[in-house]
Amino acid sequence: MHLLEGQSVSRSFGGLAAVADVSFHVDQGEIVGLIGPNGAGKTTLFNLISASLKPSSGKISFKGRDITHLPAYKICRLGIARTFQTVKTFPNAPVVRNVMVGSLFGKGPRTGAAEALRRAEEALEFVDLLHLKDVPAGDLTLANQKRLEVARALATQPELLLLDELMAGLTATEIAEAMADIQQLRARGITIIMIEHVMQAIMKISDRIVVLDHGRKIAEGTPAEVAQSAKVIEVYLGDEANGDA
Amino acid sequence: MKTSIAIPKKPRRLLAGKETTYLAVMVIAFVILLLVPQMTSGYLLTLLTEILRYIILAVAWVMFSGPTGYMSLATAAFYGIGIYVAAVFSGSVSFPMLIILAGFVGFVIALGVGALTLRLRGVYFAIFTFGLVLLVQSVIQEVERLVTHTRGRFVVTESTLTGYYAMFGVAALTLVVAILIRRSRYGLALQSIGEYEEAAAHSGINVVWTKVLIFALSAVFMAMAGAIIATRRTYIDPGIAFDLNQSFLPVVMAMFGGMGSLLGPVIGAGLFTEIQEQLQTRFSNYFLLIIGLVLILAILFMPNGIVGLVQKAWRKIRGGRRAPA
Amino acid sequence: MDAFRDIVITGLLLGGIYALVSVGLSLQYGVARVLNVAHGEFIMVGAMLTWWLFVNVSLNPLLSLAITGPAIFVVGFLLHGSLYRGLMRTSGGSVALFEGKSMLASFGLLYVVQNVARIVWGSSVQSYQFLERTVTAAQIPVNRLVALAFVLVLAAAFYVFLSRTRLGKAIRASAQDPTTAGMMGVNIHRVLAICFGLGLGLAAIAGSLLSMLYPSTTSMGLGYTVIAMIVVVLGGLGSITGSLIGGIMLGFVAQIVTYFQPSMTVIAYYVIFIALLLARPKGIMGK
Repeated sequence: MHLLEGQSVSRSFGGLAAVADVSFHVDQGEIVGLIGPNGAGKTTLFNLISASLKPSSGKISFKGRDITHLPAYKICRLGIARTFQTVKTFPNAPVVRNVMVGSLFGKGPRTGAAEALRRAEEALEFVDLLHLKDVPAGDLTLANQKRLEVARALATQPELLLLDELMAGLTATEIAEAMADIQQLRARGITIIMIEHVMQAIMKISDRIVVLDHGRKIAEGTPAEVAQSAKVIEVYLGDEANGDA
Repeated sequence: MKTSIAIPKKPRRLLAGKETTYLAVMVIAFVILLLVPQMTSGYLLTLLTEILRYIILAVAWVMFSGPTGYMSLATAAFYGIGIYVAAVFSGSVSFPMLIILAGFVGFVIALGVGALTLRLRGVYFAIFTFGLVLLVQSVIQEVERLVTHTRGRFVVTESTLTGYYAMFGVAALTLVVAILIRRSRYGLALQSIGEYEEAAAHSGINVVWTKVLIFALSAVFMAMAGAIIATRRTYIDPGIAFDLNQSFLPVVMAMFGGMGSLLGPVIGAGLFTEIQEQLQTRFSNYFLLIIGLVLILAILFMPNGIVGLVQKAWRKIRGGRRAPA
Repeated sequence: MDAFRDIVITGLLLGGIYALVSVGLSLQYGVARVLNVAHGEFIMVGAMLTWWLFVNVSLNPLLSLAITGPAIFVVGFLLHGSLYRGLMRTSGGSVALFEGKSMLASFGLLYVVQNVARIVWGSSVQSYQFLERTVTAAQIPVNRLVALAFVLVLAAAFYVFLSRTRLGKAIRASAQDPTTAGMMGVNIHRVLAICFGLGLGLAAIAGSLLSMLYPSTTSMGLGYTVIAMIVVVLGGLGSITGSLIGGIMLGFVAQIVTYFQPSMTVIAYYVIFIALLLARPKGIMGK
């Protein structure tokens, strides 16, 4: 049984199909990369999985259970966490409290404040933000806010983590660090789907790649296979000319 | 629309010194208010009861609209429901029971209204609560006309002293509950919703239910205040019980005082009740006109209220003495 | 049969007036994003002004439309430029924050306008006779037919304005997407102020017409505001045509309910509202 499975998932806005008839699966322990030109529907797909949006049609299941119509908080409590392309932290709350929201309300039985704090600090340590734990989240740099989002997601004890363009705007060193962190997460047993435009990174650490274009899945396979695919190259040629990573 | 009045809050640090000062002030105020009846005349007692009443309404309003950012204009509806419940059961049950009953009815109705409207965008909630006082008044009028065939009800009155102590008790309860919530896990959920609802939902917070619960909770105190006030009159009918001003004034008091803390509404309530006392009888139109202007000006120029202004000034004074970080 | 004719004509008339009022509110919320809870107060001002002009200067109420409409339009235009523009500036780009603040500010405005009116005109109920003779065949007062004619003409003119004129198109574009409209050369602030003013002007005109048919009082505003808000939801938030259709529908419902049981009208509105929220919050023409 796949950990996460989508069958013919579609979502339209008015007449425009943002995601059209996409079927996919993710197995436990994988790192799956989701790529495609801008506007391909990648973030929309994440939104459909995490219940920011409802699919117009299709079915999504997690560990065999139909989660298509569940509300966002239930999805989180089942064990799916995500980060956002435009960072969504609680700007006025200190960093540690941001993460504690995750540890208090995430998956698992109700925790006491002490335990929640411990888990929050553990997550902060993983992303190397512990030294900033009392700073209001809105005062952090963008890179640190992204780390904060990851920490908060981790605090909810996910089995599946959706990372949306985590590496956008990072330096080469930061990208390498992020890649190491992601592999560490996988070693801990967390399955990961990542949306990225930073090609070297995603090709390097993904076990499998899914390619979307104009809402449809146009290719799927190992990084090597996808890199050779004529369809994918064609779809990206235009974007590369525009200077995309 | 998610109507969010975002109050920039300082990160909550438990500064021991500040905390104990607040606690001390509150205890002193509590004791003074408890002893006031021994020392004063009926007029002051009535005035204080009024102030306490508005404190309840303003704090209860902030309890919901502050953290969630949803502007409720339903205060008058729940307050009126409290009045009417007390009027209906007056004489059949004891005075304390009246208050509890009113709170219960307010809770249940608010649960219904909240469950219906809080799962939708904020503007639907705003529209629904705005007309709610009119709706409830109409429903009660119709029921009284068709079912019970009464036109207004006579109420068993309680003494000024009883009214004062009851109002004082409910006000203390409101403040205590508000403080407890702020420090609780539930309060964190509320704050998170107010800061970023989508992020809160994705972190595992049941957003709709959290909002509905605090909405219903705030209605309890509003209805209780209404029940107490009902016993200060001899006659109640729907026209008397339901008055949009009771949605309006607490909002102005809270906004003027400052929504970021519980102190703001208390200050606002005290101030405006006093002004209302002076202007009410002969100049009620002018009073309401001025209050309307105050609200507009407060929203434009004092988004954090008086308390916010004082905090800002205080920070400037303190900051000026330190070396730049 | 008479009752039926009366219901139809008055229903159409009331529906038209509700449509006017609701289109006004829809312009204010759909375009300028102001949930103007003071909307009904400007209906009241239009009504009271017309009454006052009729009683003191013997001005034909139909002529007073030419005064109340434009005058209140200017008031709205200036109000937006000062108050709501100011709120926009202090909302840091957050539409949600602006909507909340402007709703509360409108609440304050409600009290300001209502109490100024009370100070000037008092609280008693006023009415006057104008064109009250009935058209013998149908037994319908002439003023109703005239008002109906005016409403229809206004509605048609407004429709043409929205669909054909440059300003009308700018308004529709701004309702759909203010940022893009701004980039297309639309002076967005002026359009917003005009929309707000237009909304208020329509309310005043509706009030003037209403004063011919029903007694007016300085506390009449609230009821109409509630109706307008329900209609705007019924028609679909942001859809101006939706408000038009919703207004007419609700006007008919109101007239039918009034015929049988006047005290139930507010309840009937809310029953419809609740059913709407439960089944299809988007409304008739909602996006």
